[in-house]
Amino acid sequence: MIPAAFDYYQPKTLEEAIGLLASNDEAKVLAGGHSLLPAMKLRLAQPKALVDLSRIAELNYIREENGQIAIGAMTTHFEIESSALLREKCPLLPEVAEHIGDVQVRNKGTFGGSLVHADPAADWPAAALALDAEFQIAGLSARRTVPAADFFVEMMQSAVQSNEILREIRVPVTPKSVAYAKFAQKASGFAIAGVAVVIEKTNGEVRIGITGVAPKAYRAIAVENELRGKPLSPESIRAASAKAAEGIDSLNDIHASAEFRAHLARVHCARALARAAAM
Amino acid sequence: MKSLGSPLMLRPGKDGREGGLEGIPVLTILLTRLKTRSIRPQLAAAGGDIDAAFKEADKIVRQRMIHQRLTPMAIEPRGCIASYHAGEESLTLWTSTQIPHLVRTLLPGMIQVPENKIRIVAPEVGGGFGSKLNVYAEEALCSHLAMRLGVPVKWIETRRENASATIHGRDQIGEYEVAVKKDGTLLGIKSRAVADLGSYLQLLTPAIPTLTGLMAAGCYKCKAVCMEVTGAYTNKMATDAYRGAGRPEATYAIERLMDIIADDLGLDPLQVRLKNFPKPKEFPFNTPTGLTYDSGNYQGALKKAQKLANWDKLLKQQVAARKAGKLFGVGVSTYVEICALGPSKMMAAGGWEWGCVRIEISGKVTVITGTTPHGQGQETSFAQITADKLGIPPSDIVVMRGDTAVAHYGRDTYGSRATAVGGTAIVMCIDKILAKASILAAHLLRVSPKVMQFRDGKFFAKGKPKAALGWKEIAPAAYVARDLPPNFEPGLEASSFFEPPNCTFPFGTHIVAVEIDRDTGEVKFVKYVTVDDCGPQINPLLVEGQVQGGIAHSLGQVLFERTVYDENAQLLSGEFMDYAMPRAKDIPEYVMDSTVTPSPSNPLGVKGVGEAGTIGATPAIANAVIDALSPLGIRHLDLPLTPETIWRAIRDHRETQAPAPPVPPTSREARFTAKDVKKKRVQIPSA
Repeated sequence: MIPAAFDYYQPKTLEEAIGLLASNDEAKVLAGGHSLLPAMKLRLAQPKALVDLSRIAELNYIREENGQIAIGAMTTHFEIESSALLREKCPLLPEVAEHIGDVQVRNKGTFGGSLVHADPAADWPAAALALDAEFQIAGLSARRTVPAADFFVEMMQSAVQSNEILREIRVPVTPKSVAYAKFAQKASGFAIAGVAVVIEKTNGEVRIGITGVAPKAYRAIAVENELRGKPLSPESIRAASAKAAEGIDSLNDIHASAEFRAHLARVHCARALARAAAM
Repeated sequence: MKSLGSPLMLRPGKDGREGGLEGIPVLTILLTRLKTRSIRPQLAAAGGDIDAAFKEADKIVRQRMIHQRLTPMAIEPRGCIASYHAGEESLTLWTSTQIPHLVRTLLPGMIQVPENKIRIVAPEVGGGFGSKLNVYAEEALCSHLAMRLGVPVKWIETRRENASATIHGRDQIGEYEVAVKKDGTLLGIKSRAVADLGSYLQLLTPAIPTLTGLMAAGCYKCKAVCMEVTGAYTNKMATDAYRGAGRPEATYAIERLMDIIADDLGLDPLQVRLKNFPKPKEFPFNTPTGLTYDSGNYQGALKKAQKLANWDKLLKQQVAARKAGKLFGVGVSTYVEICALGPSKMMAAGGWEWGCVRIEISGKVTVITGTTPHGQGQETSFAQITADKLGIPPSDIVVMRGDTAVAHYGRDTYGSRATAVGGTAIVMCIDKILAKASILAAHLLRVSPKVMQFRDGKFFAKGKPKAALGWKEIAPAAYVARDLPPNFEPGLEASSFFEPPNCTFPFGTHIVAVEIDRDTGEVKFVKYVTVDDCGPQINPLLVEGQVQGGIAHSLGQVLFERTVYDENAQLLSGEFMDYAMPRAKDIPEYVMDSTVTPSPSNPLGVKGVGEAGTIGATPAIANAVIDALSPLGIRHLDLPLTPETIWRAIRDHRETQAPAPPVPPTSREARFTAKDVKKKRVQIPSA
């Protein structure tokens, strides 16, 4: 329970942080630490250096820009949960934040940190997929934007490279018709199945992000296709939700079998759709 | 080293190689593959003519049940500090234990320091629940290292170590058979159980399944009992006493069986219980397993719980819920347990308790107990007992415990014994002091000791209450000692050993209503009612706290807790990320009450309550869940009743019933349709 020795840096600017990543082999970014530090204590992770982003003020904000909401990567779960702007303009995010960990985790853990960690059972990836978020990533020489569909690469692997830092997440203003339905793992509180739903008011298009079920969070394309052009009714929702885990290789562990996970994905997909449609 | 977490001390050899860990045989799957024929089972408990009982039976009810392995998970892991004084050749060990006195008795043989040069201190230990009712290798190893290195040695367990190397609980599988008459009369109980002992025996490992056998018949009359148990060694941590220690297994089995009997015979589960209860006047009541239940009024507790639960209304609610397609269940358990351990003849190393009471020169009072309360609150309840008897405020009393240099003798805290056995030792001390002080008071008042009376903390001659002496006068006189009666020893201090003549047998009724989410298998509590009888309550708030905590333990066991090893003996549930503990939001609102049936086994009449909740609640919750599922034809499911377990059961029973037939009413539903609930109301015979 004692981590291996490491160097510790506390940069004040993003530029400085990226420089530190470039000059330190096997450095890891510390962005809250609620996943990284336990892994280090178990020596599952043994970085030579930690670059702590907590003092970089320019990474912590929630603001509306050009019809989008821009969120700094170091914004904490609690700041999202308690943001009046988000409650009004993107209520899915505060709703998801309520499901994360406990008060301590929400006070310390960050939006960006969790997303880059890409834990298959974390809550944020479902929301990011359903909102079709954009990820602004900063590297030594360039900045790039990655859409949500390309951000989650595989289990515990996001599109952010080891010499890059996630800077900002942008989501569309989606004031209504959203919901997150989650079945939590009893011990850890992580998702066994977490389903985020966004229904576009303008064209009725439905986007569904599902976490906890597969090695990485995914868009429930089969359900979305099934619903396209159809009015949302209890019948259409039930029929479409049956495809929530279609083609998905579900995870299997002591907390839930693959079969049960897939079932919970279907149940919670239907529940989230029903709630979002009722809003 | 035979299991994960076993302490391992490595001594580098001359060639620099360390001791190897290869070739450990892996036996974790033992419980499902054990060939019982090759191992001779032991009788855990038996009595009565079992063959005759089974011959007389109209029906034999059988059920296999798994009591899953649990991890105690006290909020603080273990830890100790050993300090050796080379000049005195004495050792002080501060250790996170429930049993400093037993550690002091057992440590000398391991480290070659005599008992009278060892001091064990158990400060606030952060919870025990039986997991610290043990002498652990780390205590001996730290002591040994402190002696060898000449410096104090500290060891603190991590949570992962705690999960893997502190004892586990339960882990039995039993095949139960009950012989019954058509009317539900219980005749005989048989079981063949396998107890997973783990890789080593800890302090009480094999005693736990024995206690299960002793309590097999629960609170019912039964002609014969035959409980066989096979102890199995596996590559897991040892099992040992975990809150309830064998009794939860017994109570869970018999209380599940009572429901199954009722179901099989088409009888009401409460009627089956009532039919088999001994009547209050039948106490002391002898069981086939050789125990004598001290006192009881099982009907009284059941009746009170029924009233609190608004039983008829609850059954109507169930009928309505089922009509609306909901899975709604009502469960009952009527339990009895064995506490106040115990008479020395049934214990391995003395079941007495020691205490000491000293009126200080100032009139303040110091109480020293040989029990080691670690959260149960005897610091308060012993002060209350003392305050009542001496007529002084509790704030003038200090209760000391948990340090063998202060509390010289003791048998510590486990088995819900501290108040019944340790409290009685305190009462005995106070009685001795009152007798002595009365003589001194008579001398000081210049009256005959024969006319002395004591009331509200004052000694006075009969009829002359105005010329009274209180402790503030008598205590200085006893210690200044210038004016004492002839042949009168100075001081006001007494110590006593109390040897209990019998154990105590607290009992009660839990009634639980639950609703199950068909889609996810999640269980929601609708009602939780408990009526417990632990005899007179010295501190009702502490009693309530003990029952509430005990139910929380049960709730975890029924709904989600389980210790999981993989086939390579790796522990998969070694931390709070993977081992689910009950949280505040999981706890239902309790409706709690009690009845009071004093025990004849001690002058306080108290019975003990530390484990009652854990013993009574498990079957009540399980029975409620199974009752909710019974319309689907489900008769039994093994714990924990996780959402997946329940979901699978619902799905499988739906499939076996395809094409979906009309849901058959359960026997309970058939008996209690809304209109005739009143008519068929269960009548409780008056106590």
